[in-house]
Amino acid sequence: MSKFRKKKLGGSDQINTSALPDIIFMLLFFFMVTTVLREQDVLVDQKIPQSTQLQKLQNKTLISYIFIGKPKNTSLYGSEPRVQANDVLIGSPEIVQWVNQERDKLPEADRGSITISMKVDKDVKMGPISDVQTELRNADARKVLYASTKKLDQE
Amino acid sequence: MSNEINAGSMADIAFLLLIFFLVTTTIASDKGILNFLPPKQDPNVPPPDIKKNERNIFNVLINANNDLLVEGEYRRKAEGLDKDFKEFIMNFGAPDEDAVALFNSLPASLQSQALRKPDSSDHPGEAVISIKTNRGTSYAVFLEVFDNAKRAYFDIYAERVGITADEYRALTGDDEASKALQDKGKEGIPMAISIAEPDKLGGN
Repeated sequence: MSKFRKKKLGGSDQINTSALPDIIFMLLFFFMVTTVLREQDVLVDQKIPQSTQLQKLQNKTLISYIFIGKPKNTSLYGSEPRVQANDVLIGSPEIVQWVNQERDKLPEADRGSITISMKVDKDVKMGPISDVQTELRNADARKVLYASTKKLDQE
Repeated sequence: MSNEINAGSMADIAFLLLIFFLVTTTIASDKGILNFLPPKQDPNVPPPDIKKNERNIFNVLINANNDLLVEGEYRRKAEGLDKDFKEFIMNFGAPDEDAVALFNSLPASLQSQALRKPDSSDHPGEAVISIKTNRGTSYAVFLEVFDNAKRAYFDIYAERVGITADEYRALTGDDEASKALQDKGKEGIPMAISIAEPDKLGGN
């Protein structure tokens, strides 16, 4: 008992919180590293389908995103599935132009390996998707990633 | 009085930053199923006339009601389709010289899966999985079938080099060891999944 009493004499009554900033900083760094700042508002519904055979892409800079789904604002854009690239909804014919813009942003050596990540809503039919793919073929951006989340195996 | 600097407000500052990042964060999700589209077709050049034996093509049709027709047989769900794909790819019905050499190089567990049915594929180099949809087919169902086809191939590749399919898919091909493993799995068994242009039925 005397041991404890001795200590109390010297120190203050407060809990030592000097380790708290370290802990918070650690959390902070975790979120900073895992974060991707939202660059754009998604204007279409995005319920991404699940699948099992997922692959992760190594080089993030090569990826450009295209969103397909029913517009969130149906009174403005209607209820048919639309294609969003960057911040705007575009029609199929504009995709080639968009791909070329995206490609120009890449360094020269990487232009051939541009990857289009298609984030497609579950409820979309194959029709619009095939139209987009035809345009991607026209633009010669043939590496496509069907964005998908992990489905747990039933086995 | 102590000589330490008061670090109490440090936590507040860190909290503020933490909350900022919490709010603006979306955890990156660059995962998905890779597909390579065929090159653009030149309208002046007619598509190459490829003669392939019907037995070397595994047909999957998905209609606008999301029903499946697998090699002429009706099927409601895509589940378990990967087993059929795998059987078809590894059939070795009529292997040529190269295919025999390929067969002999496979581990015993894969060799035993060769059923040698005369009405299924000749050898993995010839086998093609063909997926055809309508414009009205749901994307989710298409992706499930495509997922199953990929799974069949990755299972075979992984079994061939003796790792799990998850490990095989995680191979990056960046360093030599993983590239060698990747190539060893794929060698002689190309991933031949053909996605036909959807026809006009049931969509817009």
